[in-house]
Amino acid sequence: MVKYIGKRLLYMLISLWLIVTATFFFMRIAPGNPFTSEKKLPPEIEANLNAHFGLDQPWYAQYWDYLVRILNWDFGPSFKYKSQTVNDIINEGFPVSAMLGAEALLLAVAFGVLLGIIAALKHNRWPDYTAMIIAVLGISVPSFIMATFLQYFLAIKMGLFPVARWETFMHTILPALALAATPMAFIARLTRSSMLEVLSNDYIKTAKAKGLSQGVITVKHAIRNALLPVVTYMGPLTAGILTGSFVIENIFGIPGLGAHFVTSINNRDYTVIMGVTVFYSILLLVSILLVDIAYGFIDPRIKLAGGKKGE
Amino acid sequence: MQISKDKFQLVGSKYEDAEKISKPSLSFWKDVFIRFRKNKLALFGLVLLILLIIMAIIGPHLTGYDYRTNDLTNKNQPPSSEHWFGTDDLGRDVFTRTWEGARISIFIGVAAALIDLFIGVLWGGIAGYKGGRTDEMMMRFADVLYGVPYLLLVILLMVVLGQGLGTMILAMTITGWINMSRIVRGQVLSLKNQEYVLASKTLGANTSRIMAKHLIPNAMAPILVTMTLTIPSAIFTEAFLSYLGLGLNPPLASWGSMASDGLPALRYYPWRLFFPATFICLTIFAFNVVGDGLRDALDPRLRK
Repeated sequence: MVKYIGKRLLYMLISLWLIVTATFFFMRIAPGNPFTSEKKLPPEIEANLNAHFGLDQPWYAQYWDYLVRILNWDFGPSFKYKSQTVNDIINEGFPVSAMLGAEALLLAVAFGVLLGIIAALKHNRWPDYTAMIIAVLGISVPSFIMATFLQYFLAIKMGLFPVARWETFMHTILPALALAATPMAFIARLTRSSMLEVLSNDYIKTAKAKGLSQGVITVKHAIRNALLPVVTYMGPLTAGILTGSFVIENIFGIPGLGAHFVTSINNRDYTVIMGVTVFYSILLLVSILLVDIAYGFIDPRIKLAGGKKGE
Repeated sequence: MQISKDKFQLVGSKYEDAEKISKPSLSFWKDVFIRFRKNKLALFGLVLLILLIIMAIIGPHLTGYDYRTNDLTNKNQPPSSEHWFGTDDLGRDVFTRTWEGARISIFIGVAAALIDLFIGVLWGGIAGYKGGRTDEMMMRFADVLYGVPYLLLVILLMVVLGQGLGTMILAMTITGWINMSRIVRGQVLSLKNQEYVLASKTLGANTSRIMAKHLIPNAMAPILVTMTLTIPSAIFTEAFLSYLGLGLNPPLASWGSMASDGLPALRYYPWRLFFPATFICLTIFAFNVVGDGLRDALDPRLRK
């Protein structure tokens, strides 16, 4: 187990280094320098600005400097917003995004698992078909279209929810729903197929033969094993919710990190793009690693590669 | 009720008859097709897909309008007999643009899937067949690249390389092939020690022949399913990027960019968002159900 975690950590660090390096060099070759959009600057001022941001240094010095700063959790200043650093932007936006993300995650898991279990228990009957049609729709409708239609029909036309902004709990419902729809559909399908597989196992028949009720069998025996594949999906789920938040936060005017990221893309605010990309990558890689480790603990049948026998 | 004896007739049993195969023999793909046909949803998806492709081919020519000609006197017209899907803020015909967008979206999806297929099969095939150190090194490389978050990298590349069709496909395929290579490698690993491969080797076939004639055709089922499911995800990524303002340059029409243009006008001119959005969903839906249907039809474990 320790060996496995060590190995995974090493790969994670290499992936991270790769993305840090890639962002660094991408931003260097990106068209235009950070000050081009402003008025033509006198050469002295431009030289001063370059010196202030360390842009007069040779590239290897800048690269080294950047690596060291990232290790110190310092993502540098924003080129567009003079008074803000990237750290400020992350500290300000991330809690909001995390709240929204957590709500969407809960929604996706709760309803996804529920739909999947209902579909499996009523296999090939109408609840199954209904659940699977909902799931296929959820997968087919991209989150930003879902968000737009939810906003248009439920908020603007019917006035059931606030249209935008981030204030009360009511404000969080529509964005969380839009964000959760696609992952919920995936989870529903995953739960259904693994539940069907589990239900055909002999130990379920044994439980039935002992005279246990359907409810007890489902809750005590089937669900626990059927949920294992859902746990593996948590990594991609986090990624999906995270990237989904870029557009959802934009549509609903939520001041989260995703919305800031999109703004920085449109402004070509390179340091913010770099910093947020690296931050997101760390977040994702760590959560995927945690999920994989957790999986090893939850399912004792899994022998993690690199681990010894009997561990 | 009486049944007279002469209604019965002794047929006798012949050894040859017992051994005779009464059903015509089915090739693998015929068998797959029969199972695919039984899946109503998948069949519906296939029909939908064919319709969408036909419309993408003929759609832009059905009306007399051009997808890029502005007509500022006819801005934001609702759907009518003149403009079937209405017009947008520059007076361009939304019907023509929708099908022009279909071409681009489907082209992006198919191109991304084909490039993924090419690199993935080559990489995974070599890694799986060679095994040992080569396999170890190649798959480690893939693992590290796989760790890089897909959409973030795509966004980053689009920011750096600039918008456009080519850069978008490049950005999507730069890590997109890894999934395919893993699947191909797994298949090749399980197939390469089978007797028929050994027989082929004994007969003097070289590596590329064994790969092309034996290993890849036998791994075709999962490859095909992965491809069909790559296409909708590429179409989704295109729409997503266009939505972020990182899509194609105007006046090129893609569903994503049309939806993104139509969004601010949703309250007053909903058709500008409605049509591209509907077709994005329909296309992704069709590819997904066809992919699922194929997977079920190809997987012999699901045979009943």
